[in-house]
Amino acid sequence: MGPIGANEFLFILHGLKWTALLAIIGFIGGGVFGILIALTRVSKSPAARATAAAYIGLFQGTPLLMQLFVVYYGVALLGINVSAWLAVAIAFTLHASAFLGEIWRGSIQAVPKGQTEAANALGLHYVSRMKDVILPQALKISMPATIGFLVQLIKGTSLAAIVGFIELARAGQIISNQTYRPLLVFGIVGAIYFIICWPLSHFGTALEKRMAKAAR
Amino acid sequence: MNYQFDFGVVFERAPELLWATLGTFGLAFAGMALALVIGVVGVIGRTSPNKIVRAPVIAFVEIVRNTPFLVQIFYIYFALPLMGIRLNPTTTAIIALGINGGAYAIEIIRGGVESISKGQVEAGYALGLHKADVFRLIVLKPALRAIYPSLTSQFIMLTLTTSVCTSIAAYELTSAAQRIESDTFRSFEVYFIVTGIYLVISTVMMGIFALISRRYFSYPTR
Repeated sequence: MGPIGANEFLFILHGLKWTALLAIIGFIGGGVFGILIALTRVSKSPAARATAAAYIGLFQGTPLLMQLFVVYYGVALLGINVSAWLAVAIAFTLHASAFLGEIWRGSIQAVPKGQTEAANALGLHYVSRMKDVILPQALKISMPATIGFLVQLIKGTSLAAIVGFIELARAGQIISNQTYRPLLVFGIVGAIYFIICWPLSHFGTALEKRMAKAAR
Repeated sequence: MNYQFDFGVVFERAPELLWATLGTFGLAFAGMALALVIGVVGVIGRTSPNKIVRAPVIAFVEIVRNTPFLVQIFYIYFALPLMGIRLNPTTTAIIALGINGGAYAIEIIRGGVESISKGQVEAGYALGLHKADVFRLIVLKPALRAIYPSLTSQFIMLTLTTSVCTSIAAYELTSAAQRIESDTFRSFEVYFIVTGIYLVISTVMMGIFALISRRYFSYPTR
């Protein structure tokens, strides 16, 4: 058994940096595309709605690990020479866009219909109606679920380890193999994930409770 | 793009994929069964008035729900042998899935139990219903109805999570896919088809759950 020294710990923290980066890129990228998915999902055209629903269903009905594999090898087949890092980031962006799209679809539909009617009565066009009236209210409604998904996404980035990408979980695996102290190493790695995810979960639940109380 | 797709080599391994699909089902059902046991036992502890009983359950739920399944399965994989328990990877995977699903099940079932207000039960007695009838009609069925959607979607999520069990080489679909990939080097084709299999699995499960829900939980009740 080897000791867990400063070097090992630094290596794990280096992995943490990539975990954070993957989660942030996935969340921001997924957020941008997620809004488009949500808007398509509630659009007037049945064909557009069905396409968005199929996209969401595809990502919610398959394992994240498979999505990573397919995008990872699929991007390579396109002939563009992209780094593993970019391929994984694309996969998480697509994954997040489907889940956030579905969450925000629900929130948009949860905004009372009278708001849309009032916006129409005021003569607001589509962009203004969405941007100024519906989406700000929908965003507020969606907050607990959105934060809940962010936690899912952070935990999900660990699967990039199976594709070979060195983030927090993979860094832990490497150190564990070097030092033969799996319980200590995975304990530390688990604790790091917990320190990041638990406050977020807590915040999300508190927000949900406060909103439930306000609605009563 | 001048890559020639070759799905044929994957179809040649269809029997292997079929068996592995059964392996995935086995993991999912056994894991869910264990999760439900943990969920029911856990919810008794979670709703206990005694803080010493409640605190460990809360800690368990929070730890499991805020760490990745991959780290959990590795931890259990290495921890069990140190406790003198030697199991094959597939059994280890079932335990990991059960523990993970159990934490979510506790919270889901707790929500169902708390959704039944005391006044309903009292009203049942006031109407002269038997104790068994009160439990069956007023507590159990509405509670099941309340938790059914979350519990079944958790079941589907658990089924998709079984793919992570490939990391400890459990017998299931994703590990079979990785085996075929290393034999044929047709990475994209293999994963594309296996992703399709997962999609079929989750779609079929969703359909069956919806059917059951319509048959047993739809209003008006019979």
